[in-house]
Amino acid sequence: MVDKYVIASSLQEAIETMSIGNPSLAVIAGGTDLLLDIQQGRHPQPDILLDVSEIEEMRAIRLDGDTIYLGGAVTHAEIVHSPLLMEHAQCVVEGCGLIGGPQVRNVATIGGNVAHALPAGDGTIALLAMDAEVNIVSQDGSTRWERLVEIFAGPGKVNFDRSQELLVGFRFPVRGNGEASAFHRIMRPQGVAIAILNMAAWVKIDAAGSFADIHIACGPAGPKPFRAYQTEDFIRGKRFDEKLTTQACEVMGGEVSLRTSRHRATREYRAQLVPVLLRKVLDTAISRCQ
Amino acid sequence: MVELNFWVNGKQETIGIEAGEMLSDVLRYRLNLTGTKVSCNESECGACTVHVDGLPVLSCNYPAQKAEGKRIKTIEGLASNGTLHPLQEAFVKHGAVQCGFCTPGQIMTAAALLEENKQPGVADIKHALTDTLCRCGAYPAIINAIQAAAENINNGTAIEYPSFDFEGELDVVGQVVERPEAIAKVNGEALFTDDLSFSGMLHGATLRAGIPHAIVKKINIKKASQLAGVQAVLTADDVPGRMNHGLVIQDWPVLIGTGEKVRYVGDAIAIVAADSQAIAEKALELIEVDYEILPVVDDPVMAMEPDAPRVHDEGNLLKHIKVDKGDIQVGFQQADLIFEETFFTPSYEHAFMEPECSIARITEDGRIEVYVGSQIPYADREQVAAGLDLPQDQVRIRGPLIGGGFGGKEDIVGQIHAALLARATGKPVKILYGRHESMLVHPKRHATQIKVKLGLKKDGTLTAAQTELFGDTGAYASLGAKVMGRATTHSTGPYIVPNVKIDCYAMYTNNPPSGAFRGFGALQAAFAIECMVDSVAAQMGFDAVEFRRKNALRAGSITNTGQHLTESVGLLECIDRTRDELMQVTGGKDPFKMQIIAGDPHKRRAWGFAVAFKNTGLGEGAPDKASAEVELYSDGTAEARISSAEIGQGLVTVLQMVTAEELSLPINQVRVLLSDTDLTPDGGPTTGSRQTYISGNAVKHAAGTLREAMKATLSERYDVVPEEIRFIEGLAQVNGSKVPYGKVADYMKEEGRQPKVLYEYWAPETYPLGESGDKHFAYSFASQAVEVEVDLETGEVRVLQVIGATDVGRAINPLGLQGQIDGGIIMGIGHALTEEFIVEEGQVFTDYLARYRMPSMKHIPENIKSIIVEDPTRDGPYGAKGVGEISTMPTAPAIINAVYNACGIRLNSIPVDQDDLALKLRESANEAG
Repeated sequence: MVDKYVIASSLQEAIETMSIGNPSLAVIAGGTDLLLDIQQGRHPQPDILLDVSEIEEMRAIRLDGDTIYLGGAVTHAEIVHSPLLMEHAQCVVEGCGLIGGPQVRNVATIGGNVAHALPAGDGTIALLAMDAEVNIVSQDGSTRWERLVEIFAGPGKVNFDRSQELLVGFRFPVRGNGEASAFHRIMRPQGVAIAILNMAAWVKIDAAGSFADIHIACGPAGPKPFRAYQTEDFIRGKRFDEKLTTQACEVMGGEVSLRTSRHRATREYRAQLVPVLLRKVLDTAISRCQ
Repeated sequence: MVELNFWVNGKQETIGIEAGEMLSDVLRYRLNLTGTKVSCNESECGACTVHVDGLPVLSCNYPAQKAEGKRIKTIEGLASNGTLHPLQEAFVKHGAVQCGFCTPGQIMTAAALLEENKQPGVADIKHALTDTLCRCGAYPAIINAIQAAAENINNGTAIEYPSFDFEGELDVVGQVVERPEAIAKVNGEALFTDDLSFSGMLHGATLRAGIPHAIVKKINIKKASQLAGVQAVLTADDVPGRMNHGLVIQDWPVLIGTGEKVRYVGDAIAIVAADSQAIAEKALELIEVDYEILPVVDDPVMAMEPDAPRVHDEGNLLKHIKVDKGDIQVGFQQADLIFEETFFTPSYEHAFMEPECSIARITEDGRIEVYVGSQIPYADREQVAAGLDLPQDQVRIRGPLIGGGFGGKEDIVGQIHAALLARATGKPVKILYGRHESMLVHPKRHATQIKVKLGLKKDGTLTAAQTELFGDTGAYASLGAKVMGRATTHSTGPYIVPNVKIDCYAMYTNNPPSGAFRGFGALQAAFAIECMVDSVAAQMGFDAVEFRRKNALRAGSITNTGQHLTESVGLLECIDRTRDELMQVTGGKDPFKMQIIAGDPHKRRAWGFAVAFKNTGLGEGAPDKASAEVELYSDGTAEARISSAEIGQGLVTVLQMVTAEELSLPINQVRVLLSDTDLTPDGGPTTGSRQTYISGNAVKHAAGTLREAMKATLSERYDVVPEEIRFIEGLAQVNGSKVPYGKVADYMKEEGRQPKVLYEYWAPETYPLGESGDKHFAYSFASQAVEVEVDLETGEVRVLQVIGATDVGRAINPLGLQGQIDGGIIMGIGHALTEEFIVEEGQVFTDYLARYRMPSMKHIPENIKSIIVEDPTRDGPYGAKGVGEISTMPTAPAIINAVYNACGIRLNSIPVDQDDLALKLRESANEAG
């Protein structure tokens, strides 16, 4: 049991609670991952749980000029039901819609998913394909934006101190002409409900039918949520056709670092799934550009 | 403590809670709203679903402080002014309630869905309830119930009972009736063991070895004993009576003492009783134990090696079981073709929704009372009494409702521990297992390796069958010898084979013990032989159905154990009716031929086929009997009493129906009391598909005898011959006057007769293997066809449709029967596709529900077509035989056979490993060019 469970009503209050500097403080939003990690011994028992799920700034989904702002404490259910996100970040809606049942989606937050830093978090991979930025607030009240892809330090690890700094929200550009995104994943019916492999793509198709730009994210394809930059570079500027797809699959197969996870999937199987998923996300995303 | 203000079911509550306390604990233990169940406590199962401000959440993992100022609705708040919510009514009428433990969660999740979507389709329901698990597998009925409730809410359409193809000819038996306890299960009033509370109750916890093989060198409980709030810490030194328990062989230590051996990770070293669960668990951490680690044997085949580590002093062989029929050498000489193949089945976890809980207390008269959901209350009584060195009459086992069993609640788990702690402290003690502990401790399904060798004539006639089985019985015997006995006798399938040789080795290992689990060894055997038969038929160019038909057991056949089957062999009818339905569904196209799906070039579909048989009852010479008592009361009601267990299968309903039928009483005037060693006579174990037959017969005969006694009384009093007395709807018709049954009861008492009858029913005698005579008094049969879809790229396998025909002798309780068949098929899908209990070097890998996935609603097929075959058996009540196990047996082999038909890959193990299948598919595609 914790000594204290603090529900912060404002960002200010959260920062103040963090500034006590208790290393045994853990930030909790939905708690769907954290509380089980604590209960099952994967996370040390904290003295203080700081609940940030009611902070207004973290609860918002809004259009800010030419960007979409998504608060870190927005639940998966709220994402799934958001017409704004459906329009501007369909892959995020799809990824978040596949997590758990409604009971979990009503509680689990996108910020929690990202801060948990699993290499194959569905919401994380989707946001990565949106090339999202993350807003982080420090206990001294200073705030900064970082590229999402930069905040991961390894499996379950981020490069900021989660007891001292707070992930407040995300932003990414609004959807422009010829832009669309898609998310797919392959599950295994046995064992934990984490994707064997998931993938999201955001594409921008120009008037000539070529890829003006593309982002591909995939997991688990390394210790951190993975952006397939080489594959993106290969695809960018080219026309979408069968030959390109086949070649892109090869490039991506060489780019990802896959491994065997015990009782879940072999490296070979994951390698076989990379082209399957890449074709699916490209097909789907491009079909949405029209 | 912090103060929590919130609204619960419309009522404002202000209570003190611990910081970080979960909402489920606050609701259950502080507000006594025990309708909200905790099954996994790890956000996997949905049983604890409640609404917070209208949204469904999992209360087991929801800090209660989040609910500050919010409105909570629990299952207790769903009915309004005593009127059931349409969902509650629909769940009752559609048979969507079985054990009832998941029911509150199902209904609350469904209620939230209906708030959002007035007319949900099947896909919407599956999406919404995907993480709300039901181990009984009531999903098809749940879907129907939700749709019926939606219709009712939207259009006022009355919620009706489902209709069935077969029609009962009797007054009550065969008619659709609701479970008597269904209403309590849908409105949250149903009490399971952990829902009970006693004044001053302590909380128990058990220190587990955590290592699979070791000698305990030293146990130091000093620090734990000194912890504030700890009331007792007990070790093996504190066990006054028999040190071991066990249903057949007493080889399982109550506690492992210093100098004694740990044989699996779940072995108990010490037990603690404390003022709270948290203190009890803290105390466990303070107990110091020194071990001398021993090498581990974790495989039944390796356990046979002469130099394998010894689990027990006597060696690792629990039992070598043999069957010989005819001359196996001659049989193979007569064969034109011989095939041989080896099959593997893993261990499986029962994953009943209600984890084990025992509450023990000392009664006012100094006896020990243990509340526990047990499949064998009298065996619990014997074992608790022996452990405490008490006469059996000083122990009472009382069963509240039981949240699923499937064979997993037959052995002792916490019963003796709770009783020891209650006696040591003088206070009531509750031992509730978390899901993790439950998964580590109770016996599992035997993992098997089964080698099958068949000899055949060119025309497909079987001449010889030889099988060799290894079963992993784990650390202790439990029912291992019996389970593997059943695997042995079922390993050549329900086929006519003149020459048979079987050798089965039930082996001890350092894995968790294996014991009873729905299908009881015969399930593993069915997997092996049905995959084998399918493969042989394909290799010989025979149709899968025709080939089985040709060799199928029928009345007049002699089984592999030499039993002459004289009646009630409905196998051919099951096969034919399955095939007829299959032909209708596929429009006459070859169902076993692969279909390419238009627009989805990577997917293939095909049907697969399998059959099974399963004995009813204990058999093989075990005396099989049950005692039941039926009493008539002055208010005209009757009560049937028997110790047998209602574990969701519908036994209460069956016994209520049988009593009502025999006494000609309206069904709502019959009560059934189960699971109480003081008040109910011994019905024997709830195992082996035996309850409808054995306990059904005991109650039938008791009620029938009571009816005759009622006649005798009336005949004397009214001076008429008994033949002229009629019983209709609770009234005796005598000489033109109608005498209410209550009056008859009074007359009987006036005469000095008790208006009750105790009847001991003995099933027909059976004989052990190796002796002549019947090995079992009845067999059930089933055949199933399953359509699957295989994704050639990913190896994913999906079940699309199931057609199942089941010979049950006689359908007594249609709603319960539907539940058993749907649930059996769904468990079979789980065994084939989603489940595997993984143990590595004695350590359990699948130690949480998150790692052990039972089928959810998303795994169930679009359509389960269930065909009831009634080939009555002579001695069964109204001809009935067992159904609890048979329905789950053909499913997994039918799926594996369908996978072969769809994609050409023959698998010899379950569950399907999609990873392995995808790689094999790629290899075969590469080979093909």
